[in-house]
Order: sequence, then structure tokens, then C-alpha cells
Amino acid sequence: MPDASTTHRAGSAPAAVAGAADDREFTVAERSQGRLVLRRFLRHRAAMVSLVVLVGLILLAYVGGALWRYDVGEITPDNSAAPSLQHPFGTDAVGKDQLAQVLGGTRISLQVSVMVAVLATLVGTLWGSVAGYFGGWIDTLMMRIADLVLTLPLIAVAAMLAHHFGGTWYLIGLVIAGLYWAYVSRVARGVVLSLREKEFIEAARALGASNSRIILRHLVPNALGSIFVNLTILVALAILLETALSYLGFGVQTPDTSLGLLVSEAQTALTTRPWLFYFPGLFIITIALTINFIGDGLRDAFDPQQTKVRQ
Amino acid sequence: MLIYAVRRIVVSIPILLVSSFVVFWLGTLSGNPLTPLILRNPPPPPHVLAAEADRLHLNEPLVPRYLSWLGGVLRGDFGPSVIATQDIGAELGARFWVTMRLIIVAMVIALVLAVLVGVYTAVRQYSKADYTATFLGFLFLAMPSFWLAILLKQGGIDFNTIVGDQVIYTIGASSVPAPPGFLARVVDIAGHLVLPTIALALISYAAWSRFTRASMLETLNSDYVRLARAKGLSRRTVMFRHALRTALIPLTTVTALDVATILGGAVITERVFQWRGLGDFLIESIRQFDTYAVTSWLLVSAAIVIAFNLVADLLYGVLDPRIRYA
Repeated sequence: MPDASTTHRAGSAPAAVAGAADDREFTVAERSQGRLVLRRFLRHRAAMVSLVVLVGLILLAYVGGALWRYDVGEITPDNSAAPSLQHPFGTDAVGKDQLAQVLGGTRISLQVSVMVAVLATLVGTLWGSVAGYFGGWIDTLMMRIADLVLTLPLIAVAAMLAHHFGGTWYLIGLVIAGLYWAYVSRVARGVVLSLREKEFIEAARALGASNSRIILRHLVPNALGSIFVNLTILVALAILLETALSYLGFGVQTPDTSLGLLVSEAQTALTTRPWLFYFPGLFIITIALTINFIGDGLRDAFDPQQTKVRQ
Repeated sequence: MLIYAVRRIVVSIPILLVSSFVVFWLGTLSGNPLTPLILRNPPPPPHVLAAEADRLHLNEPLVPRYLSWLGGVLRGDFGPSVIATQDIGAELGARFWVTMRLIIVAMVIALVLAVLVGVYTAVRQYSKADYTATFLGFLFLAMPSFWLAILLKQGGIDFNTIVGDQVIYTIGASSVPAPPGFLARVVDIAGHLVLPTIALALISYAAWSRFTRASMLETLNSDYVRLARAKGLSRRTVMFRHALRTALIPLTTVTALDVATILGGAVITERVFQWRGLGDFLIESIRQFDTYAVTSWLLVSAAIVIAFNLVADLLYGVLDPRIRYA
């Protein structure tokens, strides 16, 4: 029980034990759920390292990209240059600086995925909780619709719609979000259904807690965990889907650029200019990997009892 | 068991019908099939456009158009393609098994690996092997499938260059022309399968091994496993007869649910390795605004997903007898 040990250690700092008044001997200072969650998250080493790396990457993409001497799409006199001090990630065949390209691609890919995560979470959570809350035929109907979306290969439908709606980043985001909400709705419904039946909700009710108190103090904080964890998974999934779409030629189009588009453009140059292929790929992997670890840390932090590993 | 199976099959028919309508509606949203014609320079005369719109039933309202398309599909006619000479049904049929062998082989490899690694890491929780497998799992989850596939393909090409002979096939689903003799043909197809299946399997393996591990850990900590151990059953018997069987039940559901994702992954893998399978057909059809082709493709894929879910449901009944009688 990691929870108990944490509580104990925190409550019995040496000084406190030595000088504690008798009536405080067996009690610990009350701490809010939020602080507990934060503590547990901070102790998750992989998640913390990932958070630092991810924040660094975001700063690099936005601040570094603005300060860097070349802009996205700017053509420099050097072409096909290997990585050097002048061009840390090398240049492509027409002389575009690859660092500027990768940072620009990172910005677009991040924007798309954050947009997808937020939109899909909002719609999916609403959809799933309404279905779970009302139950009956409303639940059946709503969840069958969600299931229908899930039986279609996401990338096929996304490619089809994106081809029609064009290659601007927010339209791509809209298309992807329009498909991912179904996943979120299943998670949200599951959370609502299981929480409704939990003993602690019953206990709170038996103790005379009002409905609004049960919702605000017990239901929402407990559901937040799953929603946040799901949000991080969505960011990672959306990055991968966006890059895959761009790779197939149905995603972000030039003059915008994305990490997937960069890899797609570089695949024929793998033997001659490998840096064009490896750097955007490494950025995609780093972003998805760090976000997955952060999601893992969040899940552990919100629900220490659950040893189940995220699929 | 038979009644259970029949009931499951009957239930899946209306689902397929509804999804065929959604798919048809999505297909009409995917763009105007006349676009390539309109963009042609010089533009074709209006009566050509009108005739083409007529041939593609573009002037009919959605529902009657859907019904006549569905009627055609039941008779094996998947609707007119923008390429007048192309028979969508024949094209889908020719490509169906090319993609299915990729998907099925990849799924089998991924499942076997996932169960082996998942069980091992659950039994040896927090061991070095567990941490290594966890990290690799996360890495594969974070890796774009096309990036991994391109890397594998390049590796194959490099290997062939070093050896100085075509040892690993990196392009196509089989050699053209096919080698003579049945056995030679099988070997040839298997050779072409190696790299694409690895690329496709690794991504699913990552998710499934994490899932097996979690599900196995949960069962190992359950009361009935403790009871079985307390009764003095051997570790091996408890593990395989009691724990694994229960742990595999949720995995079958997850596997079936992931079929849609794997089909999507196959689209990408086929693209990288230049297979003329379903994925390649989909992308070409989307590019040409070939509405009926895209629609029929989605219908076939929905049928594949539903079929896999059906198999999973039946397996569920085998693994957990309670479900059969519920």
C-alpha cells in the first residue's frame, strides 16, 4: 500500500514526533487530495524526467524556433549539408535548414494534438457521462453510435475526410478529434458507471452529504484522474495519427509543415541525407514517449491502488 | 454453444447494416467524384459532366442511392468506379487476401510475443527483464509505424547490398512473375511477408504485452489463485491452468477491438513496402475521389472488424463457460 506509507512518513517527520503534543500523537495533518496526487506524481521518476524533457522540447519549439536564425521554409545557400554548427540538423536538397523545419513541424504537430485532446475529451466526456448517467435506451443508443465510430479504421476515415477538407492544421485537428471522441466516451461512461456503485459514494450519502457535495468532493475528483490520463494518451495518439496522415499525403500540407510531412519528404533520401529522416522521427518518438510516461505517472498518482498497466 | 454462436451472428447483421449506411454517408462526404474531371484542362463539355454524374448516380437523393448501392453489393456489384473500366468488387477481392495474410500473420506473431512477454514480466514483476520489456513497450508505442517500417526496409536494403544478393525482399507482396511450383511460391510469399509483418506486429505487440502483464498480475493476486496454491497445486498448473486462462479473456476483447487499428496500420505498412493490397487501393481511391470505391472499402473493413469481434465473442465463450449460458 504505497498510500499508507506515504501518509505515515509525511505525518511523522522527526521533529514533529519529538515535540508533538499527546493529542497529536496518532493524527496526521490533513492534506487535500490534490496535494496527495501532486506528491505522488513528483515521486514518479520516469514521469518527472519526461515532464522536464517535454517542457524543454516545447520551449525549444516555440522560443527556440523564434530565436533561431532561420525560419521555416527559408532557403539557405547551403544544400544537402550534413549536420554542422551552422545547421545542427543539416539541410535538405534545396537548402532549407532542417532545425528550423523540425521546430516548425513540432509546433504544428503539438498544436494539432493538443487541439484533438481537448476537443475529443470535452465531447467524449459529455457523451459518455450522459450515456452512463441516464442508462437505459439512451445509453444503448449513444454507445452503439460510439461503437460504430470505433469499428472504422481511424486512419482511413481521417484520410478520406482530410483529403476533402484540406490540409490546414486545425482542420486536420478537427477531423481527428471527430473520430477520437468515441474512445473517450467509452472511458467516461465506464468511470461514471463504476463510481455510481462505489461504497465510498454510498458512505458519503449515508453520512448525509448533499448531492452537490458528493458530486464536487467525490465524483469529480475521482473522475478527473481517468480524464487527465486519457487526455495525455490522446495527445500521444493524435501526434502519431497526424504524422501518419501527413506521411500518406492527406495531412498537413506545405507551406505548413509537420513532423510526419518531414519524414515523408525524407524517406527517399534515407541513404543520401539520413539526417532529414532521423531528426523529425526522433522528435515524434520523444514527444509520444514522454507524454506516455507522464500519463503513466498521472495514473499512478491519481489511483495508487490500481496496479493495472495502461494498455 | 451452437445457439450462442448463432445468436451472436444474428446480432451482428443489423450492426453491419447500420454501419454500411454510415459508411455510405461518409463516402459521399469524401468529396465530389467529378473533381478530377472538372479540373481537367481544357474542361470537358457540360454534357460529358452530366453523363458522368448520371453514371455515378450523383443526382439521386442519399437514401434511395444507398438502397440501390446496398442491393448491388448483395449481388456482388459494388457500384460504378470513376475509372469506368474498373470493377470495384473484383479489385477488392483480388486485394483482400493480400492484406489479410499480412494482418493475420502479424496478429498471430504479436499475440504470441505479447502473451509470452506479458506472462513472464508479470511473474517476474520489477525484475530487470520487466523493466526492459516495459521500456521497449513504451518505445514501440511511441514509434510512428511508418518510421519503423521505413527503417526496417532500409535495413533490408542495406543487408542485401552487403551480402550482394537479394536475400530479404523489401518491395511488393510477391515476386513478379511468381516462381514456378507451389512450394517455391509459398516460400516467395513468406519471404515478402517478413519485414512488413515485423513492422505491423511490433506496434500491436507493445500494447498487448502491457495488457497481458496487467491482466496477469491482477489474476495472480486474486483469491482463487491463492486458494489453488494453498491446495498444493504446482506452480506450473496454477499458472497455466488457472491464471493464464482467466487472464486471456480480456485480451481477446482488446485484440478484436484493435483490428480496426491494425487495418489502419496495414494501410501504412503496405504503402511503405509497396504492396498492392487493400491499403494501397484505399489511398488511390481517395486520391481519385472514387466515392464508391472508398465506400466499399470501408464496408469491407467494417465487415472484417465485425467478423473478428465475432470470433472474439466465440472465444470468450470457450474461455469462460459462464458467458455461454448468460
